[in-house]
Parts: sequence; C-alpha cells; structure tokens
Amino acid sequence: MDWKRFGFIGLVIVVLLGTVVMIGQVKQAPLLIITSMLATTIAVATPLTLGALSGVFCERSGVVNIGIEGMMLAAAFFGWLSGIYMYHIFKLPPPVCIGLGVFFAVLTGGLMALLHAALSITFKVDQIIGGTVINILAVGLTGFLNRQLFFGKGSVFGGTVPSSPGVLPTIHVPITELFGGICGGAASCLENVQAVNRVFDQKPIAMTAILLVFFSHYVLFNTRWGLRSRAVGEHPKAADTVGINVVMMRYANVVIGGLFAGLAGAYFTIESVPSFEPLLTNGRGFISLAAMIFGNWTPIGAWAAALVFGASQALLINMQIFRDVIPPQWAFLQESYIVGLTPYLLTMFILTGVIGKTTPPAADGVPYEK
Amino acid sequence: MQPEKQSNSPAGKFLQSVSEAALVPFLAILTAVIIGGVIILVVGGNPFAAYMGLLQGAFGNAKAWSETAVWATPYIFAGLAVALAFKGGLFNIGAEGQLAVGAVVSSLIGYALPGWLGFDLPAIVHLPLTVILGMLMGGFWASIVGALKAYTGGHEVINTIMMNYIALNTTSYLLNGVMKDKSPTNVIARTPLIEESARFPVIFEGLRIHWGFVLALLTAVFIWWLLNKTTLGFEIRTVGLNPDAAKYAGVNVKRTIILTMLLSGMLAGLAGAIEVTGLNYRHELGFSIGYGFDAIAIALLGKSHPLGVVLASFLFAAMRNGATRMQFITQLPVDLISVLQALILLFVAADAIVRYIYRIKSKGERVTLTRGWGG
Repeated sequence: MDWKRFGFIGLVIVVLLGTVVMIGQVKQAPLLIITSMLATTIAVATPLTLGALSGVFCERSGVVNIGIEGMMLAAAFFGWLSGIYMYHIFKLPPPVCIGLGVFFAVLTGGLMALLHAALSITFKVDQIIGGTVINILAVGLTGFLNRQLFFGKGSVFGGTVPSSPGVLPTIHVPITELFGGICGGAASCLENVQAVNRVFDQKPIAMTAILLVFFSHYVLFNTRWGLRSRAVGEHPKAADTVGINVVMMRYANVVIGGLFAGLAGAYFTIESVPSFEPLLTNGRGFISLAAMIFGNWTPIGAWAAALVFGASQALLINMQIFRDVIPPQWAFLQESYIVGLTPYLLTMFILTGVIGKTTPPAADGVPYEK
Repeated sequence: MQPEKQSNSPAGKFLQSVSEAALVPFLAILTAVIIGGVIILVVGGNPFAAYMGLLQGAFGNAKAWSETAVWATPYIFAGLAVALAFKGGLFNIGAEGQLAVGAVVSSLIGYALPGWLGFDLPAIVHLPLTVILGMLMGGFWASIVGALKAYTGGHEVINTIMMNYIALNTTSYLLNGVMKDKSPTNVIARTPLIEESARFPVIFEGLRIHWGFVLALLTAVFIWWLLNKTTLGFEIRTVGLNPDAAKYAGVNVKRTIILTMLLSGMLAGLAGAIEVTGLNYRHELGFSIGYGFDAIAIALLGKSHPLGVVLASFLFAAMRNGATRMQFITQLPVDLISVLQALILLFVAADAIVRYIYRIKSKGERVTLTRGWGG
C-alpha cells in the first residue's frame, strides 16, 4: 500500500460523506450525519472486508478464488437455515440458535472452499472455472433448498417460512460513559459524544472482521505460517525444495479463506437481517475481490478499499433517508438505481490501475506440478 | 491395454472424433443425473417419476418439442457468445447484462421507432433494424470490457460482472421510468408491446416456435465458419491459446481482444433481441435471470464447439422446459434443475473427476483462463 492509494481511498470517502452532508444538513446536524454514515459504512463493509480477507488468504498461497460470492451465499443460507431448525425443531433458546447459525455458516464456507481446493489443487481445474462452478452450485442449491424445505411437499413448516431466532445484538462500547464527563453536563456536547459513540457500537461480526484484519496482517507478514503461505504463492518450486508441503499449505489457506467467506455469509442472514432471499449477496463477493486487488493483496489495504465500497453503499441508504430534501439540480441522486451504480463503477475504475499498479502473487492461479 | 482402433474413411474419422469429444460430457451428464436422483430421494421425491416427468414435459408431444426449441433459441446465442470468448481466451460472464441491454434497445426500436419517424415501417426494414441494433448494443456493452482488458489489463471476469449489475440497474431504471408500459392496467416493469412489423413470424400456426430458432442454428454454422475458416477466427484462436506467441507472429492482440469481446457481446445481444422480437414482443424486468450463467455451463459442456453448444443448449432447454411438468407430477420445485445443471457443470469443468471415476485417459487438452488480475 502506498500513499497514493490511501489518498484516493480517503478522497472518495470524503466526497461520498460530503455529498450526504451537503444534502442532509438542512435536516440534520453535519456531525450526526457523518457519524451515522461512518457507522453504516463500517457495518455494510463487513462482508466485503471478510470477503477480501478470504481472497487474500487464497491468493497469497497461489489459488485464485472467484467463488467467494457463492461461498457467502451458501453460508448465508445454511447459517440461517440451521438457526431456524435449532429454534423450531430442537426448541433451543434463541441465543444458542444464533450462535450455532454462525457456526454452521462458517462451516459451510469452509466446506465450499474445500471443494474449490479439491478442484483447483488436486484436479487442477482452471481456477476461474472452478470458482464459477462454486458460484453456480451455490445459486442452484440455495434456490432449490429454500423452496423445497419451506414450500415443497412434506415441508415441516407447512408452506411458510417460520420466524428466525433473530439477529446478533449490537455491542455497546462505553465511550459516552467514559468520556461523557468532559462535557460537564452540557446537553449538546453530550449529544455529540453519543453520536460518536454510535460509530463504535457495532455488531459482533463487524467487530470481529476488524480484529481479523489486523490479526491476518500479523499472521501473513510476521509468522512462520504466513511466510510459508506466501512462499507457496510466489514460488512453489522453491518452497517445495526447502521442504514446505505446497499442496497442504494451499489446501489450508483456501479453507481458511472459506471460513472467512462463511463468516461474511453469516453477516447477511444472522447479523444484518433475519431472513434469506435467493441471490442476496448481489455481487458483493466479486466486489470483495476488487477490494483485495486494490489493497494489493494485503489485509489492511483490502480493508481500506472495502470501506470505500461500504461508504458508497451508505450513500445509497442515506439518499433514501434524505430523499425529500434533495435539491432539484441533484435530482439524479433520488434515483436509487443510478446511485446504486457507484460501487460497480468504482470497482471498474479501480481495476484500470490508474491509481497505481498492483502486483499479484507470482504463482497466483497456477496449479503446482511437481 | 488394447490398441486404439483407427478408422480410415472420413466419415468414420469424424464419428470417432465426435464420440471421443462427447464421451466425457456424456459421462458428466450421467453422473449428474445419478447424483441428482440421490438428492431427489433425500428430499423425499421419486427420482424415476421426476425424470419421466422431465422427459415428457420436454419431448412428450409437438407442443413440448416446440417449447424446447423456444427455450433453446436464447441458449444457443448466449452459449455461442461464451464459447467464442473462450476460444479467444476470454471469460465472458457478462452475457446476462449484454443480453439485457440488447433486449432493451430492441424493444425500444420495436415499439418507438415508427412513432419517432411518423410513419409505419415495412417488416422487411423494421424487423432487421430492431434485431441488428439490439445485437450492436450487446456488442458495445461487451467491447467496453474488451477495451479495458486490452489497454489497462482490467480482468474481464470482474468487469463483465460489474457490467451485469450496471445493466441490471440501468434496465430497472428505464423499465420503471421512461420505457415503462403506460397502459393503465400495467403495474410491472415492462415495455409496451413492439409493433407487428418488428416481430418474427412463427413457423407453425398454433405453436410458439419462431424463425429466430432457425436463425440461431444458422448463426452456429456461421460462428463455426468464422472460427475455423477465416483469418479473424484464426487470430482469435491464436490469441486464446497463447497471446505472447500471437503477438510474436504479428497478430494485433489488443485489437483481437476487443473484437472477440465485441463479437461475443453481439451474440449475447442477439439472444436478447430474438427473445424480444420472436417470443415476448416486449422486454420485461427479470425475464432473463440466469441465461448468462446457464450460457457458461452450455459453452463448457459443448466444449466451446458450435455444434456442441447447440446440443448442450437443447439439453438445458429440455430440462428447463420439462421442469414444469416434473413439478406438476412430483411437486419437486423447478429449481431442482439448477442443481442438476450445477452438477453437470461441476463434472464437465472438473473432467479429471469424471476421468478418474470412469478410468478414461486424459488427452492433455485444457483451457487456460486464469491469467492474473488487472491493476
């Protein structure tokens, strides 16, 4: 990551936030808008961050993974489904169901990744095609099971989707309690502190994602495991010569990547909203890949890029909130279909490499032949 | 080990090469059908009844045949689009979006052009114009990605997917706005019906099969000719096999990449244009969901050969068409077909698995698409 790249990321985020502040200020104080935008940005960037981390682990070890989208989708479905089954069939208490839901989502991600690993490492299928197989398989399986299990013949739920055990709760970070004292009782000051507090009050997966960013960075660049993983992605032959098991390292990293993608899937149906609909991932697995590329295959860089996409999604959400105060010359901002183009156009722009070239791992996408 | 049989007559050679090429796809389909049967058993259905329903629905009578051909028409175009790009070493996941923008332009020309001109057009002018402009729009949409690939190295896989979402958003915007059917009873996002003069006639009275189907078959022949008998086709295949060697041999690689995407997009655009002019007579939001991804499976199953694409299109069309009857008989959801198709794709793509199960020796031929990311 270089400063040009971080500068671009900062600039885009400022522009996106600025747009909302400019339009929304007649309705709300700028600080409130900025903090709520930031809170939304961090929350909606969660699956992108985790997806990008998934990509980083796979590709650093030399396996291209465009199946992240499918892994997320399958994980979102099976996590949600297992939560419902635990809740309605086994009558477990909701917190247990939610916890198990996350567990099964992560597990699903890992299993899908195992399939991708088998295809690309053992069977040496072209990795782009292997990833596409994962994506199509996920769409088919989730679509079929979603309909069959809830509406099909002999469905235990009698043709309706039952209520889910709910979503993960927001964790309160006690900033107001700790720093509220500096206001000395002034109500407006306390309000501002509370607004800032809301940026930090996130749900568990969002918080875990940020911790995982730094943890992954440490693991990849400061541990023996990380060095070995990168070695098999850069020069597998050399790694093999010094006694590193290339196949094992690649399998392990792809499956770890799958676990991340599974957690990203859990975000959709267990943290964000307690429901599933076919194709709900909506391209975010692919946007994650763009974030990974723009972050130059580093966890922190990928996270920064994911925040840009998060901010552009936050823009879309906020434009709906401030719909009624959009000035006529900015009328196009009312159209959610047009504002919704932002992340896709950004992705394409970033991939042109105008903001500086990135270098993938040297053996990325190349099956290892002894 | 038995010695390989050699056939000397040209017809025998042709048959032998076809049966060799078709062996792995056939076994892949067989394996997928068996696993699909197990899945049906697991969810409590009867696999034999399901597959019988599928066959009846697809080929049970003249109407079923006609409907299968109707389904196969866009599959052939979109499958050829993906196959052509494969030949050029490019992975066009964007057939979905190219098809949608093609359909939007076709329907616009189909319903609005006479009004803009102020007089009615004869079918001989209006219909070709409608089809060609839709086709060109698809080509334009894909060539953006081709140009990005050629000049910046931006990977076509991510860019075509992004273009899919851009197409979806733009189409939703247009179909909910300026292009929406304004008739008072309409509540869904769709265009008005296109003029009679922009419609493909049906082949047989009373059946929906239309001349667009014949056009699809002719296009497959044309693409085979283009790829195998022209300089452009040779250049496309050379760039696909080895861009460095192609450059060394004097092929303009950048131009070829853009042309390949343009042609591929034009085929996908045709799929959309033909659906509008031959079948639906309008564009409706969400009608094309999944064509783009099915097209990938079709191209892989057909080994990117035009004849293979036509056959694979028929298989997928038969499954889609028969699925309704299967659902009627067994109450299994239509989505089961998507699982079957994904399994077929899995075994076709990972032919190593099929070769392993059935102990078939590898020919060592392999597509390479993973060639690094842009940026």
